[in-house]
Amino acid sequence: MSRPFGLGARGVLVAVPAVFIAVFFFYPIATILWRGLGGGGGDTFLDLAASSRQRDIVWFTVWQAALSMVLTLAVGIAAASVVARLPARRQRLVRALVTVPFVLPTVVVAGAFTEVFTVTGLDDGGFRLRHTVWAILIAHVFFNYAVVVRAVGSYWAGLDHRMEEAARVLGAGAWQTFREVTLPRLRPAISSAAAIVFLFSFTSFGVVLILGGPRRATIETEIYRQAVTRVDLETAAALAAVQLVAVLALVVVSTRLERRRPIVGRGARSSRRPSAPLWRWGNLVVGLVLLGGPIGVLVERSFSTGSGYGLDHYVALGERARQLPAPATTALWNSVVFAVAATAIAVLVGLLASLVVVHGRRGIARIFDLGLTLPLGTSAVTIGFGMLIALDEPPLDLRTSWWIIPIAHALVGVPFVVRTMVPVLRSIDPVLHEAAAVLGASPARARREIDLPIGMRGLVVGAGFAFAVSLGEFGATSFLPRRPENLTAPIALFRLLSTPGDVLRGQAMALSVVLMVLVASAVLVIESGRGSDEGVF
Amino acid sequence: MKKPLLFVFVLLAGACGGDDEPGTVTLMTHDSFVVSDSVLDAFSAETGITVELLQAGDAGTMVSEAILTKDAPLADVMFGIDNTFLQRGLDAELFEAYESGNLGGVFPELRIDDQNRVTPIDFGDVCVNYWIDALPEGAAVPATLEDLTDPVYADQVVVQSPESSSPGLAFLLATINGTDDWEQYWADLVANGVSVTAGWEDAYYGEFTAGGGDRSIVVSYASSPPAEVIFADPPVDTAPTGVLLDSCFRQIEFAGILAGTDNRDEAEALIDFMLTPTFQEDVPLNMFVFPALESAALPTEFVEYAEIADDPQFIDPADIEANRDAWVERWVEIVLG
Repeated sequence: MSRPFGLGARGVLVAVPAVFIAVFFFYPIATILWRGLGGGGGDTFLDLAASSRQRDIVWFTVWQAALSMVLTLAVGIAAASVVARLPARRQRLVRALVTVPFVLPTVVVAGAFTEVFTVTGLDDGGFRLRHTVWAILIAHVFFNYAVVVRAVGSYWAGLDHRMEEAARVLGAGAWQTFREVTLPRLRPAISSAAAIVFLFSFTSFGVVLILGGPRRATIETEIYRQAVTRVDLETAAALAAVQLVAVLALVVVSTRLERRRPIVGRGARSSRRPSAPLWRWGNLVVGLVLLGGPIGVLVERSFSTGSGYGLDHYVALGERARQLPAPATTALWNSVVFAVAATAIAVLVGLLASLVVVHGRRGIARIFDLGLTLPLGTSAVTIGFGMLIALDEPPLDLRTSWWIIPIAHALVGVPFVVRTMVPVLRSIDPVLHEAAAVLGASPARARREIDLPIGMRGLVVGAGFAFAVSLGEFGATSFLPRRPENLTAPIALFRLLSTPGDVLRGQAMALSVVLMVLVASAVLVIESGRGSDEGVF
Repeated sequence: MKKPLLFVFVLLAGACGGDDEPGTVTLMTHDSFVVSDSVLDAFSAETGITVELLQAGDAGTMVSEAILTKDAPLADVMFGIDNTFLQRGLDAELFEAYESGNLGGVFPELRIDDQNRVTPIDFGDVCVNYWIDALPEGAAVPATLEDLTDPVYADQVVVQSPESSSPGLAFLLATINGTDDWEQYWADLVANGVSVTAGWEDAYYGEFTAGGGDRSIVVSYASSPPAEVIFADPPVDTAPTGVLLDSCFRQIEFAGILAGTDNRDEAEALIDFMLTPTFQEDVPLNMFVFPALESAALPTEFVEYAEIADDPQFIDPADIEANRDAWVERWVEIVLG
């Protein structure tokens, strides 16, 4: 097989993502683990293994994440089947709308869910949903729905649907066609989305604490408790190591699945048949109840004032509330700027890394795939504290620099870009390259003119994720000391909710609604790029 | 190929040049710290010193961060370490001693570090709050900690877990100090249907009357009633909530000069300034705590709607540090068991 890139280009491809992840992730993580475990790590691990509480925590973390993943996939793939058959413009709209939960702080969503549970009678008398594992699972589906709908839906839209039509003509039913023709071809996108959902649920913090109640703990909440509340760095570091190993194992398995050569065949331009009306409406109802319920509560509260309904809370965002070092509008602006920077970093690093993963030497591709996904499954405390003690000397004394925030956000954005791009790049039919070669195109030119336009679909979806993740990021940001003028919207929102008073609460709700509108419009703009159109040929 | 290189260059350029110019002092605080711009401007005008602020998460996170970065401190002065975390900071030798000339005006009972490694700046009490109109019919206003175990308040109380919440820990400490047998007390609270949440927001806005919940008694702050008035919508004349003074645990917030500072003079000037009326009178309405300086005037909302416990619950920081883990673990067994 010919090498698709020249030596110099290959160097840059490998070096940029490698340096990024090494300096901003592995070095900090290694430093904090070494600090915690350097003394006598072995004993700490033995203590951990001997503690039934810790064993329970590890077990609970794994199974709730696995169950969250299964539920999200079930609901999300059903929705993706509908989305994939919509006209391109409407697909983009749906993809933008489902992203909204990404930017909502858990403290706000938990409150909205509690309200939904109360209104629907799921939280009174003998049956209480709050503080059960079901509340955690529902919230995880709420937050991760977008991952499946967006990643699988956009991939699905690019599949050649003539195969399904052929199956139907040959007498297969709708379900059989899906199971035997569509599902195998979707596998790369599904396993990619599944890994992200698992990791997000694996490291979810606020959902577990607030909706799960004080009796539930996961590795993530336990690392926080040990590192911040108890300042037992050794135990925290041992748990962080356990988390890292578990995530590594999962990612190895999931990339195995994903690497199986997909059945190619993509990019038919002709319009496809829409899904059956009942199926379409059914999915719409599920989506509306799941996302619309809590979001509706937030919107209603944001307009509700002491004297009926009005825009008071929105107007108040322009003035500095006493709990904030700057007006909420400044925080919103900061968040947008951070998100743009984080997205730019994530796209650059993620794009190069995806090319390495797909076209690079097997070993390097493997390491890239694993290494770049790890931040998604690593505790915000570990990342934040690690950066704090590792990046403390020139030329990398970044601890209080403006850049540290978008870099931390991009660490989480990169895996999204890689995991949406790689399946798309892998599915490109080799026949196209052969044809290009026959027609006299150099390998580099073939990549440029074939891979990039097709890969663009994955890239814009990944960029949308990176933007949304950054806009809503709370954990890592709160563990990095920052100047007050760098206040982000999620942190402002949290501050508004920490003092009693209806006015502040209303402003917090208005701020979350603005964040939702912002992310939906931004994702829409990002994905309106030429590349995301359905027919790329 | 150029763009990635340019990016790395920008990154490195941004990393350099972080040195403090002379006349600058960096103040590390928790996220709740807010001060009016005019107040810091007054300090700068007076002394020529610029204050750079660094916000570092909640108080616990901030202390952990300071301990982690002790060899290369992020700041010159820390503000916001309270008596529940104080001993941890002192054990880690985070601070350099400094006796401010303005310390004489501070309430004597707040001066709990006789070596002056830290200086008291403000205090705020964590107290049980109740929504006056939502208390069960026929129930009087609770007056003592023991009252909360009375069946008349069954299923009315919501508290935070001391494992994950600062007011939750403070309330546990209040019960350890304020009841004869705190373990029995909590067993009684459990029997009376106490609800536990992970954090303050979830308790106050999730289960307490304020957020539409069905519980009328919550662990919050002594300053919550004035906040309910100041941020009411529509405006109100009286506070809808009251405070159970017997339950109040005093949290004192301190400032200290971080060991190894290159700006000792500026740091001292900043600590002195934090004990002037200019700074102290700015504190209540920004951070909803009470000034440490006896002579500082309180805003009218605080005079009218806030009550201060004469004899708050208090435990020596060294005792807290020595027993915290054991107490919290015992609490978990009794309450969450």
